[in-house]
Amino acid sequence: MMDTLTQTTLSNGLKVLLKEIHTAPIISSWVWYRVGSRDEVQGRTGISHWVEHMQFKGTDQFPANVLDKSISREGGSWNAFTYIDWTAYFETMPADKIDLALRLESDRMVNSRFDTNEVASERTVIISEREGNENEPLFRLGEVLQQTAFRIHPYHHEVIGDMADLRVITREDLYDHYNAFYVPNNAVMAVAGDFDTKTMLARIKELFEPIPAGSEPARLAREEPPQNGEIRLSVEGPGETTYVQVCYRFPNAAHPDFFPLSVLDSLLAGPSNLNMFSGGISNKTSRLYRALVDKELAVSVQGGAQATIDPFLYTISMTIHPKRKPEEALAALDREIKRAKEEKVLKEEINRAIKQARALFAYGSENITNQGFWLGYSEMFADYNWFQTYLDKLSAVTVKDIRRVANEYFGPQSRVVGTYAPTNGRP
Amino acid sequence: MNMAGYNLALPGPDDIYREVLPNGIVILTRSNFNSPSVVMSGYFSAGALLDPNEKLGLADFVTSALMRGTKKRSFDKIYNELEAVGASLGFSSGVHKSGFSGRSLAEDLLLLLNLLSEALMTPTFPKAEMEKLRAQLLTGLAIRAQDTSDMASMVFDQILFKGHPYSRPEDGYPETIQNLTRWDLVKFHREYYGPLGLVIAIVGAVKPEEAARQVKRALGGWQVKGQKEAPELPALKPLKKTVSKHHRIAGKSQSDLIIGTNGPMRRDPEFMSASIGNNILGQFGMMGRIGDVVREKSGLAYYAYSSLSAGIGPGSWEVNAGVNPQNVKKASGLIVDELKRFVQEGVTADELADTKANFIGRLPLSLESNGGVANALLNIERHNLGLDYYQRYEGLVNEVRQEDVLNTARKFIDPDKLAIAVAGP
Repeated sequence: MMDTLTQTTLSNGLKVLLKEIHTAPIISSWVWYRVGSRDEVQGRTGISHWVEHMQFKGTDQFPANVLDKSISREGGSWNAFTYIDWTAYFETMPADKIDLALRLESDRMVNSRFDTNEVASERTVIISEREGNENEPLFRLGEVLQQTAFRIHPYHHEVIGDMADLRVITREDLYDHYNAFYVPNNAVMAVAGDFDTKTMLARIKELFEPIPAGSEPARLAREEPPQNGEIRLSVEGPGETTYVQVCYRFPNAAHPDFFPLSVLDSLLAGPSNLNMFSGGISNKTSRLYRALVDKELAVSVQGGAQATIDPFLYTISMTIHPKRKPEEALAALDREIKRAKEEKVLKEEINRAIKQARALFAYGSENITNQGFWLGYSEMFADYNWFQTYLDKLSAVTVKDIRRVANEYFGPQSRVVGTYAPTNGRP
Repeated sequence: MNMAGYNLALPGPDDIYREVLPNGIVILTRSNFNSPSVVMSGYFSAGALLDPNEKLGLADFVTSALMRGTKKRSFDKIYNELEAVGASLGFSSGVHKSGFSGRSLAEDLLLLLNLLSEALMTPTFPKAEMEKLRAQLLTGLAIRAQDTSDMASMVFDQILFKGHPYSRPEDGYPETIQNLTRWDLVKFHREYYGPLGLVIAIVGAVKPEEAARQVKRALGGWQVKGQKEAPELPALKPLKKTVSKHHRIAGKSQSDLIIGTNGPMRRDPEFMSASIGNNILGQFGMMGRIGDVVREKSGLAYYAYSSLSAGIGPGSWEVNAGVNPQNVKKASGLIVDELKRFVQEGVTADELADTKANFIGRLPLSLESNGGVANALLNIERHNLGLDYYQRYEGLVNEVRQEDVLNTARKFIDPDKLAIAVAGP
């Protein structure tokens, strides 16, 4: 069945994407802001995520205790996410209740209160969130890897922010950040589901167009210089399990090489699932699983590519077999990388990656929320056309492309290798 | 969207196809041609309840091993066929039942079914694969030992279900996993695996009759003589006073805290009023009253919520929170106070109305994906709810009165007889 897609930009710069889908009486409404941890300086790390939390603390029209109840009362599901590049808010509601979500989002684009007491209580909530993250060995390792891989670029720090900054960021800091970035010309509105486009667009205009455009938010322009030589690091922590993560530098999502690299990722580690609301598939016949897990050097291996605005990282994570050493797993990984650089992949392997991607797309399209997600998500790092032509672009990948990108992006001189070494009860 | 259209979206006798095969297998299917994909999931009677104490983790080991090799295909071959078409299939063990879940493009449903039937009927448990798996399971247990949430949950079950099989972790202990032999697995499979008690749901871009025909071809011929069943559950001894335990895990920055008690079984008449009460207590909006007190007002935790776990046997009704180790006492105090208020005052008319609207309104959302519908079909079958359950759901929710919630809260929650588990530094 054909779904109707409409794209337009309001007079205040708010980009609107609407996709009618009449399979269930449900509508998913998303507002995306081009703000994330890449827009944060030292001393203010974690501020975008904290602003996201404050967006649930109320406006005059929807005070905090009214806001969360009103969505739940109507049977809606809602949440928000802060990433390195963006912050997104969604409500998925029974179709006849969606107006509440539209009113709420237009209101909190400009009218959030940032009450001082609420800022204080949210400070400890976010510190608690960070403490929960710190319980996880892979968070501890990942944080150090990321800050090592990005010395200059603001991808340096985790979205949650550094504890030192979480303790001192003020209400004024938060409010300034909100005012600078939460302007219609820095946002994308995406709605998918059971509506009539003309009516929906009219209502969005009515609610959002009166919001004046703001100044174009200033961006940090701190490009990461090339890395000259492999960096190795280790982090110690509780437990008895050793983890190794290897990060290679990947291009941004809009770069043409992103597609051959996605195919290569499928071959190496199983397809990365870019859907937010739909699970992926196993990777037990990927090259790295065969070389590492089947050979009992690791008990699991995962690879993950992420679609980002600036060049980011491709991370391979290994949980080391209890009887093996991290160097043995790393040597096996290196053999596989070498193979990808030197040997031709088979056309069948590419076809297989395409079929996997096609299946993951089909699973993602079962769900209206996920469809709403894709409309706006792809706008954050490219445009919706990126999503619509994704499978075609994968299909165009050649055996030669794979070999070229393997050589170009998987060099040892630009990778960071990190080990989580368990203390095994040692203090 | 008019109400007639809304109701049509809910599964019911008109669009759920149900068939019982001569060998006892129950098939449930429902079509959805909106996406070219299909979900297949189900359960069968070979859960962890059957594990002897000294072989705890056996049922779990068996489910993990089913796809490690069959008479027809090797481990690598099985996954090669699945992954080549972007499909997935996996098994997992529960206490009473074990389950499976898979998905594929509709064109590959037959492959999913063939692999399911081979894994269930003819697993070979190759020795080399068993050892690889054992190392993976042991690593999983080492990771569990460091996970404050997992460990709090394990300790909580040990307190609440003391002397009852529900007190045991399904994934066993390192020493039991270490000692399991290939023969243990083979024997467990031989005794407990069979078509009796197997329920399979298929939802997606396939006609019900066609799905049923494919299931029959794959599993209709399965016969097992003398398939053993699980023993009766022993009676549960309720707590006589509050019991607290702190499991130490050094080097962690956050502790997990669980405070709770026994909850109703799924088939108990109080299930719906408990479910509604629980939503008010620790779910609604930003995690209900518990979230309001612990997170919003005190800023003590990122997550603080309550949940009800109701199945075939006695369930649990618990509050979970992740807090700084220094705040465990303070958070526990606030949570126990909320439980007291809950059993003393019950819920207000407004709270009840809000939650009813929430339950009714969110139903279509929970049923929008194939996986959601498959779960709903399995839920109907497992707890004998009737094929029209989701169409009657609104009425069932609306029947619940304030006094029902209060009586149910008082029946199950005694703030002086709680299980309190903490895992962290």
